[in-house]
Formats: sequence, structure tokens, C-alpha cells
Amino acid sequence: MNHPQPPETSNEPLAPGQRLPESERKEFSPEAVAEIQAIMAQYPDKLAATLPALYIAQREFGFVSLAAMKAVARAIGIPEGHVFGVATFYTMYQKKPVGKFHLSVCTNISCALRGAAQLLEKVCERTGVQPGAGPSPDGLWSVEEVECLAGCGVAPCIQVNQDVYDELVDEQKLIEVMEACKRGEYRPWAE
Amino acid sequence: MAAIRTKRDLHTYTFPGFGSEKFPNLMLRGAGDLDNWHLKVYEQRHEGYVAMKAALKLEPVAVTEEVKLSGIRGRGGAGFPAGLKWSFMPKDTPDRKLTRYLVCNADEGEPGTFKDRVILEYNPHQLIEGMIIGGWAMQCAMGYVYVRGEFLWLIEKLEAAIQQARDAGYLGKNILGTGWDYDILVYRGAGAYICGEETALLNSLEGRRGEPRVKPPFPAAKGAFGQPTTVNNVETLAAVPPILRMGGAEYAKIGTPKNTGTRIFGVSGHVKRPGIYELPMGTPMNFLVDELCGGSSTGRKIKAIIPGGASCPMLDEKDFDVPMDFDSLKARGSMGGSGGLIVMDESVCMVQATLRLIKFYAHESCGQCTPCREGCNWLEMILHRIEHGEGRMEDLDLIASLTPRIGLRTLCPLGDAACGPVDSALQKFRHEFEHHITHKTCYAQGSRLLSTLGAH
Repeated sequence: MNHPQPPETSNEPLAPGQRLPESERKEFSPEAVAEIQAIMAQYPDKLAATLPALYIAQREFGFVSLAAMKAVARAIGIPEGHVFGVATFYTMYQKKPVGKFHLSVCTNISCALRGAAQLLEKVCERTGVQPGAGPSPDGLWSVEEVECLAGCGVAPCIQVNQDVYDELVDEQKLIEVMEACKRGEYRPWAE
Repeated sequence: MAAIRTKRDLHTYTFPGFGSEKFPNLMLRGAGDLDNWHLKVYEQRHEGYVAMKAALKLEPVAVTEEVKLSGIRGRGGAGFPAGLKWSFMPKDTPDRKLTRYLVCNADEGEPGTFKDRVILEYNPHQLIEGMIIGGWAMQCAMGYVYVRGEFLWLIEKLEAAIQQARDAGYLGKNILGTGWDYDILVYRGAGAYICGEETALLNSLEGRRGEPRVKPPFPAAKGAFGQPTTVNNVETLAAVPPILRMGGAEYAKIGTPKNTGTRIFGVSGHVKRPGIYELPMGTPMNFLVDELCGGSSTGRKIKAIIPGGASCPMLDEKDFDVPMDFDSLKARGSMGGSGGLIVMDESVCMVQATLRLIKFYAHESCGQCTPCREGCNWLEMILHRIEHGEGRMEDLDLIASLTPRIGLRTLCPLGDAACGPVDSALQKFRHEFEHHITHKTCYAQGSRLLSTLGAH
């Protein structure tokens, strides 16, 4: 019996963090540190501030770089390895730079039944970026294929920058959303 | 803080006769009303905080008894009786004072499920009220709401609503003169489906990787931050105020004797009116799909329905009349799950649908248990091979031999959940898999559920 082949192994270095692109910023702003300390005080254990602090890092650094993870570890006073483990576990922490408008397209079953696969292709065609690749040359767009956004009743749906949902997206609606982004009607990434 | 989103959802919430005695409206009272997140609106229009004020006058044990009497079963998926779960929480003894926590699971990530989103959008105060009542019944020190990271605008809304409740004196120190201190904090997840599992959620709440814990100890003994904890779904907690308002015995009359109350069903896929429908438990599935949702949106026959979110085994035509409650669905070989119906018409290739579902589980497996981490990837590779015309007949036996080695061999139910759709699809639509292998193309021509672009 022939078994399926496992995926090809990558030749890229596997040392922790070595695959991660570097960010310009290396330190938190004092306001961010104060914000993290306020969060730490809310919970019985300061470790609980890890996830919120990583969101703050994502906002300040633009994405969760290795420097951002180290800054989180310093701010909370926990091991860097723990922060690295958490940051790489969750998909909403972007480990590489994203565009000013990060489009998440749900392609799970409910959306797929209503044309999400085709929508993803349209999004990539119109933005000129592949899912999971870095931002477009003009820095405006990046695209991600995501799992269920809980918009199944209004499928297919996309999310712009983790805060705005757009539902029942066909090609016309997609053009409208992209135009609205360009006009500045949507909050840019990390603002 | 950003302004609260005031965009209307585009789903259906209602149908003729909704709100009558036959179809009581207990959970969706504010649905469609964008002002309902204001405490004043909730109090004036929807009997808001009446149940909480009544509950705080009762002994905590009496409140738990009332919930037990209602017979409500947890709406998160497992269907465990909520009142019983509450009674598992250890009580204070003269020499031992405990810090107890109530955690609300709003990590709604199950494909096909979008009910919690509607409660958070239109009825956040009903959830807060339910959490205060639950907190009182178990004498908790804190309540945490773990909301999935994608719902940022709902988190902002919920936090604003919680602040209103604090200002009204419903949260904080010495609530309404009872001498009881309690507050609610919202915790934002970061995009991991596995965090919907209660112990993974607790790990995530503590700022760790969302990996499920070994049980026992169960959360009631050692939960969030090492303290006794109860984890309830949003819908379960939001059902508590109506239960207290109408009385447990009265609530138990809705639905069927072992599956009481109403449940929110989310219908998606190939139906004319997809959306959110609140119905008594035990309502037949074809009544919901054909009468309320208007049947197939494409004019083609409906081929398969997943009755409770992606993890539930699929049902084919002969089971479309199943009453939707935990026990009846189980008797037909499926599950009640989280109440999200996914309707697929005849144009859907079941191999593609199964592959899309298994891709999800392979991606979301936390990687802790080998059977799930490796097994889901193997299933994906085998199905991928079949879908791309390179399958062989032995593959079907290979799948059938793989799934029993994943299910019930993992710490959490994600492994079992991944097997449900695969097993049921293979059992009910085996001819489509065989067609794919012999003809190297889909049985249902023209089905396109998978994009040609690389994933994740």
C-alpha cells in the first residue's frame, strides 16, 4: 500500500525566531509599559497579561517581531521562551509585517458554500498579494486565509484589520470595501 | 475607545409567530435593536435586571436549585446540565474560604455557529445579568468573559455595557447591599479554535498556550488561576435571567422533558433565509430548514445537513425530520453540538466538503496529543489525494482504520470532532468518494469549495 507523502522539509534554519523578520522598533513606549502594568494588576497572576500585552506589542511594533516578544517578556517579567510559545501558538499575532489594510478572508465550509474560494482568488487578484505573503509593494494590502469568522449567516465574509467585518461580499462589495480603505474610512492597521 | 459599532447585521432573526406562546422569545428580545446595549433600554423594554434583583434576595443555593429545576443543558456543545455543573462548585467551610470564578465561554469558533455573536451584539446585558446571577449562586469573586479575538467590536461593546452595570451598582463592591463583591472582566483571545474547549480556555485566560489540560482535576476543583471555576457558554448564561423570571418549573415546560427550554439555531449555507432562529428544543429540523428558512436557495435538492456546527456528523435526507435536541440527534448518530446548521445542496462535492472540514481540524489541532496532531494531517493528505484524482480504493479503508485511532484517544474532544464529519461522509456518501477514485473527478460536477491558492 502506498502511503501519502509528508510535506517536503524546508531548508530554512529552524532556530527559534530565526525565520521571523525584524521590526524597526525594539522597545515599548512608556505609555505601553504603563498600560501593561495596569493589566497585570487586574489579574491574580501577572502571566495573564501575556495575551493582552502581545496585542499592545502588535499595535506598537506593527507586528509581533522577536524584539516585540522580548519587550513583552521584560515588561511583564516572565521568560522570553514563554512569550515566544504563546505568540507562535495564536494566529492573530502577525509574526511578519502586514499591509496597512490586512484582509482576512474566511474560507471555511459555510462561506465556501457561498463562494469564498472564488472570493479569496478575487481578493488576491485585486490586491496582487498571495495569502500569507508579506504586504503588497505599495504597503497597502496583505491577505490572509482564516478559519470561521462567525459570520456564517452572512457568508462569505471578510475582516479588515481585526476590527471591521464586511458581510455578503461579492466582487462589487469587495471593490467598495477596497475603495473605502483607500479613502481612509477604515482604521489602518496598528492604529 | 473606538465608537461602538452601529452597523446592522444582515441575517434574519425572526419569523411569523416568533414571540408567541408556541415560539417564546427568551434570548433574542433585543435582536435587531442596536440600542439594546444601553442599560436603560434593556431595563425599560426587556425586563432587564428584574431577575437579578430577585435572585440577590434568595439564598445562593436556592438560585442553583431553580436552575437545576429548569433542566437547562449547557448550550456549548456537550449538553451537560448547567444546574448540576453549578452545584459541583465547592462551598466555603468555617476553616476554608475559597476564591471561586465564573468564566463565560464566548470563544465562538465552530464553523457554522454564530449565535453568541448575536447575543453579544444585541443583548449584552442579558449575559451580564446571567453572569451576576451565576456569580451569586456560586458565590464567585470574579467573572471572566473570554471572547474570541476577532470580535473586537463586540468586546468594546461588552466592556461599555459592563461599565454601565458598574455605574448602576450591579457590579463592584457590596452589590445592592448584599455585602457581596463581584466584578466582570473581558479577556480577548487571539484566534485559536481550541480555546473553546474549557480547560484550553482556562490556560489561555492565564496567559498560556491554549492547550487542553488533563482532567481530573476538573475546573470545579482546580480551574482558572488554580481556583474552583465553572465555565459556561454565553447562551447558557444568557438563558439564566429568563429562567429566574419565569421560574425553573415553568421554563422546563418549554421543549421536551429531557431537553428543556429554547435554543438559538444558526442556519447557514444553501437556504433562502440564513440567520438566527430561536426555537424550543425538539423542533423538527425540516420545519426549521424548509418552513422558516425557505428551503434551498439554489433550487436544487438539499443533500446533507450538518446539524450542530462543523464537528457534528452529517445527516442525509432520511434524517431531515429529526427533532433538534441533544438526545434525538444522538440517537440518529449525530450531535446537538452548538446549534449551527450547515445546509448543503446537491451541487456540493462531499469529498471537497470533507476535505475543507478536515483542513480546519488539521490547522486548529493544538499539537499536544499525537493521534489528533498526526491523524488530522494524515486524513487531510489522504483526502487531498482523493480530491486530486490520485486516490485508490484502499484509501477508503485507510481512512476507516485511521478515525477510530484518533477518536477518544485525545485529551480534548477536538480529535473526536474531526472524525465525525469524515466518518459520516464516508458512510453516507461513499459512492462520491468511490466516484472520485474511479473517475478522478467530482460526482457533483462544478463544485468548487476549495481555492487553488496556498492556505495559511
